[in-house]
Amino acid sequence: MTGPVAIALDINGERVDAHVLPRLNLADFLREHLKLTGTHVGCEHGFCGACTVRVNGDIVRSCLILAVQLHGASVQTIEGLSDSGEIADLQAVFRDRNALQCGYCTPGMLMAAQDLLKQQPEPDRERIREHLSGNYCRCTGYQSIIDAVETTARMRAGHRP
Amino acid sequence: MKASAFSYARASSVANALELLAAYGDRAKVLSGGQSLLPAMNLRLISPELIVDIGELNELRGVVVEGDIIRIGALTRHVDLQRSLQVAAHAPLLTEAIAQVAHPAIRNRGTIGGSLAHADPASELPACMVALNATIIASGPNGERRILGAEFFKGIYETELSPQEILIAVELPVPPKNSVHFFDEFARRQGDYAIAGLAAQAIVEGAMLADLRMAFFALGNRPVLAKAAKSLVGVAITPAVLSEASAALVEELDPQQDQQASASMRRHLAKVLMARGVAALLDRPDLNRGGSA
Repeated sequence: MTGPVAIALDINGERVDAHVLPRLNLADFLREHLKLTGTHVGCEHGFCGACTVRVNGDIVRSCLILAVQLHGASVQTIEGLSDSGEIADLQAVFRDRNALQCGYCTPGMLMAAQDLLKQQPEPDRERIREHLSGNYCRCTGYQSIIDAVETTARMRAGHRP
Repeated sequence: MKASAFSYARASSVANALELLAAYGDRAKVLSGGQSLLPAMNLRLISPELIVDIGELNELRGVVVEGDIIRIGALTRHVDLQRSLQVAAHAPLLTEAIAQVAHPAIRNRGTIGGSLAHADPASELPACMVALNATIIASGPNGERRILGAEFFKGIYETELSPQEILIAVELPVPPKNSVHFFDEFARRQGDYAIAGLAAQAIVEGAMLADLRMAFFALGNRPVLAKAAKSLVGVAITPAVLSEASAALVEELDPQQDQQASASMRRHLAKVLMARGVAALLDRPDLNRGGSA
């Protein structure tokens, strides 16, 4: 039971078969084994949100899930969301609004923001803050991130930015 | 940091999980959502030899209302509770409290059973179980055992559960029609562990409280069902009555001091919460004058 465990899962629409040690978390599996390094590792205990990915459609902390728990699961990373164009508008507004500086938190921020916008088309600023409350940014002071999410929501609802 | 090496077993049934726990005892840990266990393992606060993953035991998932009992399976995620219409209808205290439990990405994985078995004294759900007079159901080598919420929590990360037992469900009595609830907490950031918090469930008759269960959290080594609340039941509540009750309340609390707050600040916040709670439960804003944090 200590040795590698076979898992098969779907990552960004591609089937992946792997043998993983039980202690390997999803973030390290993505980064080290699959070279999907858009998922960032910050605190490794669930506080910072930099490692946020989607599992079976829900955002989760990839540092708090073991790869062995994901046999049969469907995972979407920032690479998947970016390549499919799902968040192209959100990414563009993040750039326009200076909603990132060093970029370390950005993949997690985009994941959490897109999750909110899917659930609630036009959230107010308070709701945006609440939904992003689990994601730390040490550069921007958050205002520009909230601006970007609010602007994207307005654009998607057909308003002018 | 990364967790140290361990063996992993995916339990195929509750019986299978219990067999593994019987063999390994306290060298094993049960994994449900992992949102408390994995941080503790990544920080190397604990290094179990075996992880028993019960995450695929779907029979432990879901909310069922039967007569005047709401039964919540241990693997029910926080997000499922938050969205459950049955929970909103019959245990609105829980719906309100869940919104303060961590952040969306954590609520998508964390489970009620995991939170209760972990028993962090600053977490919301243990206090809700005490306020709602829940019964916690554990399965072990000798069958099932039912434990009252108020007796389940023993100390910091310490419960009535033995290393051979698994928490499988909780049962809440459906509150009567004239019930009201109150939930509030102080935290540095939305979703963080509370500095001080209160989950309360009450029955209102006329202008009085016919029953009042106030469970304070982050104010001791486990949720505290305030004895002082008894003095607020069946009497006309005046500011003087309330102030006597809150003086008695701080006597029965033994809060910790940490980097977030001193013990005396926590006692002060407990009084503020009590005043806010009573004022809200009775819809008497006059009772909350001067109750600033």
